[in-house]
Amino acid sequence: MTPNLTLCVLAGVLVAAGAYLLLERGIVRAILGLLLLGNGANLLFLVAGGNLRQAPIVGHALPEHMSDPLPQAMVLTAIVITLGMTAFLLAMAHRRWQLSRSDEVADDHEDTRLAAAAADDTAPAVVGDFEPGVDLTEPGVDRPGPGERAETSGTGS
Amino acid sequence: MTGWAALVPLPVMLPLLGAGASIVLGRLLRAQRLISLVTLSSVVLVAALLVYATGTAGTQVVRVGGWPASMGIVLVVDRLSALMLLVSAVVTLGVLAYSIGQGLAGVDEDTPLPVYHPSLLVLMAGVADTFVTGDLFNLYVGFEILLAASFVLITLGGTQTRISAGSTYAFVSLLSSLVFLVAIALIYAATGTVNMAALAGRLADLPHGVQLVLHLCLLVGFGVKAAVFPMSTWLPDSYPTAPAPVTAVFAGLLTKVGVYAILRTQTLLFPGHGLSNLLLVAALATMLVGIVGAVAQDDAKRLLSFTLVSHIGFMIFGVALATPTGVGAAIFYVVHHITVQTTLFLVIGLMELAGGSTSLYRLGALARRAPMVAVLFFVPAMNLAGIPPFSGFLGKVGLLQAGARVGTPMAYVLIGGSVLTSLLTLYAVSRVWSRAFWQDRDQSSDITESPAPAESAGSTRSPRLPMAGEDDSIEERGAVATVTGSTIRVPRGMLWPTATMVVLSVLLTVVAGPLYRYCDAAATEMLDRADYVTAVFPAGAP
Repeated sequence: MTPNLTLCVLAGVLVAAGAYLLLERGIVRAILGLLLLGNGANLLFLVAGGNLRQAPIVGHALPEHMSDPLPQAMVLTAIVITLGMTAFLLAMAHRRWQLSRSDEVADDHEDTRLAAAAADDTAPAVVGDFEPGVDLTEPGVDRPGPGERAETSGTGS
Repeated sequence: MTGWAALVPLPVMLPLLGAGASIVLGRLLRAQRLISLVTLSSVVLVAALLVYATGTAGTQVVRVGGWPASMGIVLVVDRLSALMLLVSAVVTLGVLAYSIGQGLAGVDEDTPLPVYHPSLLVLMAGVADTFVTGDLFNLYVGFEILLAASFVLITLGGTQTRISAGSTYAFVSLLSSLVFLVAIALIYAATGTVNMAALAGRLADLPHGVQLVLHLCLLVGFGVKAAVFPMSTWLPDSYPTAPAPVTAVFAGLLTKVGVYAILRTQTLLFPGHGLSNLLLVAALATMLVGIVGAVAQDDAKRLLSFTLVSHIGFMIFGVALATPTGVGAAIFYVVHHITVQTTLFLVIGLMELAGGSTSLYRLGALARRAPMVAVLFFVPAMNLAGIPPFSGFLGKVGLLQAGARVGTPMAYVLIGGSVLTSLLTLYAVSRVWSRAFWQDRDQSSDITESPAPAESAGSTRSPRLPMAGEDDSIEERGAVATVTGSTIRVPRGMLWPTATMVVLSVLLTVVAGPLYRYCDAAATEMLDRADYVTAVFPAGAP
């Protein structure tokens, strides 16, 4: 089989764009990134199916003239799964927005806490469990607070 | 198809049907509980029968929908699949009983959390599907089923901490699934099939470079799920925020699904010693980085999450040895670790209930105030650290013997790493033991509250709160610990399931002989591959 160059290049572009978006802090952009990545993978399945021939419908074409139907069935499954997962991720992004009015994926608070404790050299670390909305980062630590990040993303979008 | 094969689809079907019924009856809490208990008990029964069947009648195969194996999906249960099914079903049943005792699905008839029971059942179905499937794409679907359910469980209640932990988990899991999906597409392009038995023959004919790419893609995809270093950092960030039973079932099952997939990759798809050394290095790094992380933690739940990562290294060690004894010991270790790690997380839930926190600086004197919880923690903790005569010791000895038998320098390095990791595990769990159970609470809270007076509002949280400490109105209705005099009583409904799990984990020692024989037989069968392939294609692979 000769792979279709257009499909290959398109899959590559989608995966590259998806990877770039996934590296963003904003959760909605990351979701879009996952979607692009998923579509890139789906195109790869079409490439894997070999050369495009007639629709694989019994009675419509002879078996030797049909496209391979198996990758198409798999792509269909993958698309449906991506749809469901995207719905969940969007609901989660919405819930985040409801709770914190921010679209950003914050640093893990336990990590931040341990890092701050290590920087201050005060073991044992801060005792409290995470309080929602409270920035546990010490002001001395070189790291922007959630508020600052929210601002920059606000101007960006 | 023998009569036994009819049982093969049931571990997937029963939980899915149960989940459907459970959603329909979402407002009737008792009915939901009954459905979940009956469903999971039946899955345990079916899995036990399958263990017996694969032991006596060999590998069982079902062609779904009657399609020929080369076109349709096949479900294959060999010794390994059957054993994994049995252990995961038993563990899930224990967790279900615990969460019923905790009232996680809502003690109050007016405000149940109707999604908990169906999600747990769907999770079971997804896990079972990954264990029974003989088709690579169906394995992907199984992963997605269990992921969807786990997303719901990890964000249960939708509080801020859980949502942020949930997003980390969701993105990492979905990305790993995508890597796996790309691998499937490439494998299909290279071989024209996704049937694992057919792939066993065809992958070997590919050029070496192509094989390497496919192998690496699969290992990366599965490695993220199994939390193998350096793809393990997501786990300690996301697991601890979930309610105790959810963390317990995740810790027990989800990473082991990844380990199972790696086992299949290494034995069925890419047998031999390809990438063995890479896996050995990854195993060593996973063990050491994980356990050093655990030592640094001051929160019991996070500490245990790090030990979970670390002990994944032991299993990968056994798999990477690629000898019957190594793989057999790895399977035994998986069984041991599923049981013990789940039990420990359940006990952490009890500690949280009794002490009001999981922070080691806030807990104290629990041995006096809640002696039963102390016993329940001590036994599995020593088991995890590998103290004789517990199954952790037997599993580690098996791995070390297998390593010594291989005898390469790398294997000896791994043996050293394993021993060191065991010692550090002992240190980590002893820290939890002495801080939370032995030391007096007052003394320790003095140290902690001085540097952060602003945090004291958080420390006044009463022991009433059942779970990770969010002030969530749904969860406040859950189980409570009652204080009578100097002792704290945790609800019996949570104590008994935990005690049963502890007894089960100790029983693994009692049945260690037959279990080891079974694991070795499973390993021999897997490394031989002929059984698997002829069971799927009696007339020879196409």
